[in-house]
Formats: sequence, structure tokens, C-alpha cells
Amino acid sequence: MGDLIHLILSGTATGAIYALAALGFTLLWQAAGVINFAQGEFVMLPAFAMLFFIAVGAPLWLSFLLTCAVAMVVLGYGFKRVIVDPLIKHGVIPLVIATLGLSIAVKSIVRAGYSAEAHPFPSAFPAGQLSLGGIAVSYADIGTLVLAGLIVIGLQMFLNKTVTGRAMQAVAQNTDAARVLGIDVKRMVLYVFLINAVLSVVAALLVTPTYLAKFDMGDSIGQKAFFAAIIGGFNQTRGALLGGVLIGILENVVGFYVSPAYKEGVALVLFLAVILFRPEGLLGKAEERKV
Amino acid sequence: MNAQMKTGILVASLVVVAVVASFAKRSDVYLLTLYCVYLMATFGLNLTVGYAGQMSLGQAAFFGIGAYVAAIALKAGVPFLLVLPISAIACFVVGLALGFPALRVQHHYLAFATLGFNVLVYLVMRNEEKLTGGTFGISGIPRPSLFGVSFDGPLAFFFFTFVSLIILAFFLWWLLRSPWGRAFAALRDNPIRAESLGVNITAYTLLAFAIGAACAGIGGVYYASLVEFIEPGPFHFSTSLTMLLAVIVGGSGRFFGPVIGTIIIILLPELLRSTNVSWLKFMQTWYLAVFGVAVVALMIWLPGGILSIGDRFKSKEVAK
Amino acid sequence: MNRFERLAIAALVLSAATTSLAQQGPVPIFGLMELSGTGATAGTNFDNGVKLAVKEINAAGGLLGRKIEYTAMDTQTNPGVAKALAQKAVDSGAYVVMGPVFSGSIIVSMVETKRAEIPNFTGGEAANITQQGNPYVFRTSFTQSTAMPKLAKYIKDGVKAKSVAMIWVNNDFGKGGHDSMLKALEAQGIKVVADVPTDPGQVDFSGAVLKVKQSNADALFVYTNEEESARALRELRKQGYDKPIIGETTLTGQKVIELAGDSANGALAHVGLTVDAPQPTIKAFDEKFQKEYKYKSDHNGMKGYSAMYVVKAITEKNKKLDPKEFAKALHGAKISAKEYPGVLLDVSFDQNGDLDRESFLVKVENGKQVVTATLPPASAK
Repeated sequence: MGDLIHLILSGTATGAIYALAALGFTLLWQAAGVINFAQGEFVMLPAFAMLFFIAVGAPLWLSFLLTCAVAMVVLGYGFKRVIVDPLIKHGVIPLVIATLGLSIAVKSIVRAGYSAEAHPFPSAFPAGQLSLGGIAVSYADIGTLVLAGLIVIGLQMFLNKTVTGRAMQAVAQNTDAARVLGIDVKRMVLYVFLINAVLSVVAALLVTPTYLAKFDMGDSIGQKAFFAAIIGGFNQTRGALLGGVLIGILENVVGFYVSPAYKEGVALVLFLAVILFRPEGLLGKAEERKV
Repeated sequence: MNAQMKTGILVASLVVVAVVASFAKRSDVYLLTLYCVYLMATFGLNLTVGYAGQMSLGQAAFFGIGAYVAAIALKAGVPFLLVLPISAIACFVVGLALGFPALRVQHHYLAFATLGFNVLVYLVMRNEEKLTGGTFGISGIPRPSLFGVSFDGPLAFFFFTFVSLIILAFFLWWLLRSPWGRAFAALRDNPIRAESLGVNITAYTLLAFAIGAACAGIGGVYYASLVEFIEPGPFHFSTSLTMLLAVIVGGSGRFFGPVIGTIIIILLPELLRSTNVSWLKFMQTWYLAVFGVAVVALMIWLPGGILSIGDRFKSKEVAK
Repeated sequence: MNRFERLAIAALVLSAATTSLAQQGPVPIFGLMELSGTGATAGTNFDNGVKLAVKEINAAGGLLGRKIEYTAMDTQTNPGVAKALAQKAVDSGAYVVMGPVFSGSIIVSMVETKRAEIPNFTGGEAANITQQGNPYVFRTSFTQSTAMPKLAKYIKDGVKAKSVAMIWVNNDFGKGGHDSMLKALEAQGIKVVADVPTDPGQVDFSGAVLKVKQSNADALFVYTNEEESARALRELRKQGYDKPIIGETTLTGQKVIELAGDSANGALAHVGLTVDAPQPTIKAFDEKFQKEYKYKSDHNGMKGYSAMYVVKAITEKNKKLDPKEFAKALHGAKISAKEYPGVLLDVSFDQNGDLDRESFLVKVENGKQVVTATLPPASAK
């Protein structure tokens, strides 16, 4: 029993990180109709940015804040202006292809221009572990859970309780109606891109100590985010959270009790089951066909 | 350009390739053969992407299934001409089974489903050691010998692959010209109108996807025979991505789009790698980076792919 | 047509080989190196080692008075590419081919060098490379079936463990080591109580470590590539694992120590080559390498460097540049480090192309590899 609880706890911590990336993914899809295949690279770049600031002499917390600022400009505003805006009118597929190209470009630029090797990354939390009623939990897992949890709850409150948040939701649900209601749609969409950028930086902060900073570190997290979003429901923010945590826990449990060889397959099987039996996702609402 | 001229150019370029190959070095012949093999898979993918308008991110999985089926069967002594249809049919059936649930719900789900499928296939190749040799792969795959003629030598095997590719391409061309194939065009251009005219969208899309998968399977057979060794690596999801980009960059939905696209992903990097021109040397490390940026730029300015340049000019002239 | 073609190609290859070797130009040697992809760390080190040796040999007059022209080509850690590049090396009339370093690649590419009868050095450690009767393939390090018995003996006598847990990476390298180790442990009467495979590139080792802790084994054997080793060590530390952690070569490599930080402290390993060994030849190599590349070489750098000096030694023994004669002379050869300091340690090759020499036991202390014992060559028991 102790094993299971341990597996679930550490799985939830990993899943929370998937959820952060998935959350940005879902938001982009809802508000702007963007499927971002470079989401994983959006996590990789901030990791290297933080390493850069640390190398220059900034402490971790300051590097994090600076990176947030840079990411909002480059991965938020820049991504929207340079790639999404000119392409969105061509439809979903050209944009998807462009983000695929972007993903390859970013990875290769980091590899060719900086380093093909993995680099260590400092943990935001102290080493060691806490004994909770006989179950040992590491500080890193607890810290990850708390931080990710706070961010998710904060984001939910922002979306549900504030005027701006509600306006953003309105845009996500029905862009035309939102415009008629006098909502500044363009600005709301931009906010979504900025939020996605910050979420990516947080995910990078939490995930890089274990993943190590490397040009291809985004591959796996991007894919997981992707599946988490669909499993939970592509048109629901809470869905991304559920999907991420579900994948994190199941991977751990399957890896331990069944076979570690097929651990990576867990997300896919879950995903195939979802599209077979509940294509709108576990928490999603069926979408009407857009003609 | 009339049809006769087009045919003339086509035949001439085929002859040029054959002549070049005859006088090329061993390693270049190998590369050219590899190009033909990949082209089989990308021709198939073009059917799915370009003609049926579906994004597939799992072409490498079918490529791999074809290669593994071929490796196991060829090593067991099954003749090559029998292995080809077995691999093709295997991929066709798997394609149907995978495409059915994905296409039933929502069309863009095929991309996700194929991506997931590719990762699963890769895991099976790596972990089911008894069947696939696991990470050690399968070595000593024989090259074919038909009617007493052995195609073991590099040049002989190249010509064998080259002719097979031409036959496959001709078959696809014929398929697209048939009334059945014309439904694809209608479907891509205006799915809702096509449906109202009685074209069963899902059935046609599914078939296009499965035929595309079968082409990859055939490519896989030749791949296994060419390299004489297979392991899971070349069938990773990233190969699917490269294949998809090859089709798009070349010009999806244009019959010869993959020909251009596959040059860019297979031949060009190798060419640059062996170049002695100093200003091109930086491309050896930066090739993929430039390629990625070029894809983004292409999507912004020329979403129809390289082969649509001609149309672009035409439409501008008309606009004037 | 086919026979004619084969003849023509054979003639072409032959003429290319003989012409380029006969004339008084430089001696072409090619490297098939993992300069990108998962093998980048290993390949880059190996390549740098070869380059350093080539530079020194050329400065000292080259091979029989002729300069070596070394060309490294990137296999991208892809066996198919490695095979194509091997053909290219053959086409260009290589005297000797270096690499690939990874077992999965050399298995494929060595078919080409064998066909062309060109000696091929590899960094691969998988046992099956030299078990296929290829007279042209040579190792630059121990085969797993030599290294694992040495290590198993140490686990029994040095660590005094009666049961062992294993974490290994499920690729050709890890699987080969795992299989050799199982045999070696069984021979020593040590029980394997947990046997945990992991994926190449795996990031989350929490499940694997939990399994190891559960098994209550006396010691843990970790056999994965560099990055995974670092992640495993970090996770072991995170979960407070306190039994001996033992590895083979990679576990205590420079890159692993750099990536794992404090978590690497206390790890033990058997290594074939290490720059921290007390031998003066190795100290000299370490200094030269650091001067040239501004970092510490790992075992792969030493493998590439020493292999190049083996080429020099055998060529000078043969007094001619003939690839076939080279392969013949290397089988059964003994090269002493006194005569050729570049081979680093006295080394002998057997009829399969496997090598034998001294090896070391090391421990990581304060982020540094420390040699705790020197083991005699396997043949000198």
C-alpha cells in the first residue's frame, strides 16, 4: 500500500507538470484555434534562458522572473505576431505544419548554435525527503505539487472571477458573440499567448532538474501535453489538468506493476481509448461541426 | 506546356537518373536507392495528405511494419514477390483498423491517432525481442533474386528499386485518373459539396489513408532489403514528421510534390555533408535549422509547396 | 550483367584503394563518429581522441613518413547513415576506419569494411561484435563479456554482496551488458533480486528506484548511458538510497558526474580506461587532451587516442601501408606502452579482435573519480 501511495504522489507531481504544458496548449486552441506542435520547445527554450541568466550570475528566482519576461515577449507576443497571425487565415493545417517546422528549427538552432549535450539544472527545492506516516516523499515532489497547484488554482480563479478572465472565456467559447458584446477580442487572444508563455516557463523550472536541459527535452513533454489535453477534453481547461495528472499517475503505476518497457505507451493507449469511446475527452463537451 | 512535352521531360529525367546512377560511386548509388525507397512512402503519404486532406503522422510506422514483415519473411525464405503483397496488405489492413475509429469522430483526430500509433509500434519493435530482435534488430536480410537473376549488387539493386518505384508511381497516377480517384479531388476541394453529391467522405478518406499506408509498407520491404539490417531507430515518430514535411514542402496534392520534397530531406543533406565548397560547410551543422525555418516561411508565403510557384505566377498575371 | 558489375565495382574499389595508398600522398583514415544524436557525447570524445593522436603522429613524421589525413563524418547515431558513410570511406580508399562508437551502428557498418577488407576500430562493447568471425573489426575497449566477470568478482569479494538489483537501459548496449552480467553474477553465486529495464532517454526513474528499494538487495548495479545514469543517480539520492551503487565505466564518467552533481558521490565502478589512473602515460595524455580541448577526456577519448597509436604501432611493424596485412598483424599482437606511450597501457589483441589490458576500480568522491584499485588483465590470472 505504501508503494502505491508513493507512486501516486510522485506520479501526481510529474502529471502536474504535464498539466501545466497541456493547459497552455488547451488555452491556445480554445482562444485562437492554434494547435502548437512546438509546445515542448516552448518549455526547452526557457530552461536554457534560465541557465544563461544563472551563468551571468543571477540567482535562480531572478533568472526565473527575467525568463518569464523574455518568454512573454518572444514566445508569447513574438510567436503570435510572426507565425500565428499571418497563418491563421489559411486554416488549421498550414499552421500546424508551421509549428512543426518551428519545433525542428528551434531544436536544431539550440543544438548547432549552443550545445548538443545535456546540462545540469539547479532544483528550486532542497534535496532530501519528508517522512509522512511512514511514506517518504521528497521535497522536490511536494514543492512541484504545491507550485503547480497554486498556478492552476490561480489561473482558474482568474478565468472565472475576474472581468478579463471572463472575457477571455467568452472569446474562447464564441469569438463572434464576444465581439458583438464589445470585448476586445484581439487583446484577449494576446493575453492567452502571454499566459501560455508563462506556464511554459514554470513547467521548465519544475521539469528541468530531472529532465536535464537538452535541445530535445521538449519532445516527450510536448507529446504528453498533447495527449493530456485530448484525454481531458480539448475544450476544457480543467480537462488538461485531469489528463495530465491521470497520465502521470498511470505511467508510474503501470511502469511499476506491469512493465517499465511500455510505460511510454500508457498515454497513447489511454488516448486511443478516449477517442474511441469519448472523443470529446473525459471532461469535454461535444463540439459542433464547424462548416 | 502540353502533355507530350511533359511526358518527354519525365522520360528524359528518368533516363538521366539511370545514367547518373550507372556511373556513380557505390555510396552515391546507395543514397539514390535510399531516395527511391523513401519516395515510395512519401508518394503514398501524398495520397493521404494531399488528396484526402488528412494529416498523418504515422507513415514511418507503416514503413516499419513493411520492413519488419519483409525482414522476417525474407529470412524465412519466402520469395520476394510474395513478400511484397503480404507487407502491402498487412499495412492496408492496419491502416483501415487505425483510420476507422479516428476518422469516425473528427477529421483532425487522425493526426493524433497516427502519432500515438507510431509511438506504440516503435515500442513493440523495441520490446518484443522474440519477434523483432528488439534493439539488436534483424541482420542478414537477403536481397531479392527473381527468375534466376540476383539483385545483390548495389547497382543491380538500384535498378530493381528504380523500376519498382516507377511501376508504383504509375499505378498511383492511374488510380488518381480513374473515376474513383477523381472523387478525391472533389473531396479535397469542397468536402461538403462532394458529400451532397453522394461521395461518402469517410469511406474515401479511409481508403486513401489505407492505400497510402500500403505504399509505405512496400517502401519498407525495399528498405529492409537495401540496408540488409533493420532496428527500430529509422521508424521512430520523427521519421513520420520528416516524411510529412517532405510532402508538404514539395507541394501536397501535386503528383510530383514528393519527388522534390524527398530530395530535400534525403539527398540534399548528404550532398551538403560531402561538399567542399567552404561557404556551404556551415550548412552541415545548420541544415535542419535552416530547413525548419524554411518550412515556417514556406507556410507563410507559399502554403502550396515549392511546386505551386508556377501557379503563383500565373494567378498574379491573371490578377493584373 | 550482375557479375560484370560486381567485377567492375571490385576493380574500381581495388584501384581506388591501391592508387590512393600507393602514391606518396597522405594516408586517408576515416572516422564514422556519433557527432550528433544520442551518441553525441561518446562520439565527440572518441573523435577528439583520434584527432589529438593524429596531430601528434603527424608532428612526429606521420605513418612511415607520410602524413595522416583524418576525416570525421557524422553518423547522427543512426546505423543506416553509418552504413552509407562506411561505404563512402571505402570508396575513398581508407587505410583504416575508426568508429562508429556505438554497438548498434558498428554491427551494421562493419559489413562494408569487411567486404572491402579494411580494418575497422570500434568503441562498441557489445559482446556479439567480435563473435561473427569478422577478421577486420577490432575493439578499443573491453567486450562486455570480459568486463562483467571482473566486475561480478568484485561485487562478491570487494562489496561482499549476496544479492544485487539491476537497472539497465533497454538498447543494444544495455541489453548486451545486462545479459553478460546475469551470466557473470550467476557464476559468482550472486542472486539478482530485481531486474529493471529502462528506456533510452528515460527521464523519470522514480518507479525504477522504488522497485530497487523494495527488493532489499545488498547492492545496485546501474548500466545505462550517460544522461540516464545521471538521472538515476539523482533519483536514488532523492529517495535516500543507501546501499552501494555499482556501475561499469559510464556510471562514473565525467559527464555523469557533471550532470548528477552531489548525487554521484559514493558511486563505484569498474572502468577500462580513466584519466585518473596513476600511470604516467595516462597522466601525460590527460594533460595534452585538456590543453587541446579545455576539458577532461572520458574513456571514449582515450579509446580513440590509443586506437590511433595502435594503428601507428602495427603499421611500423609491418613497414608498409596494407590494410589486409594490418588486420593480419594485429591479431595476436602485443603492444607495450613503454615502446608506444600512446597506447596508454600494455595491450594485447586476440584472434577475434578483442583486447585485453589492465583495468581499474574507481569511486566518486567529492565530484571526482578516484582510483581505488588496479585489476590485472583477464588473461594474467
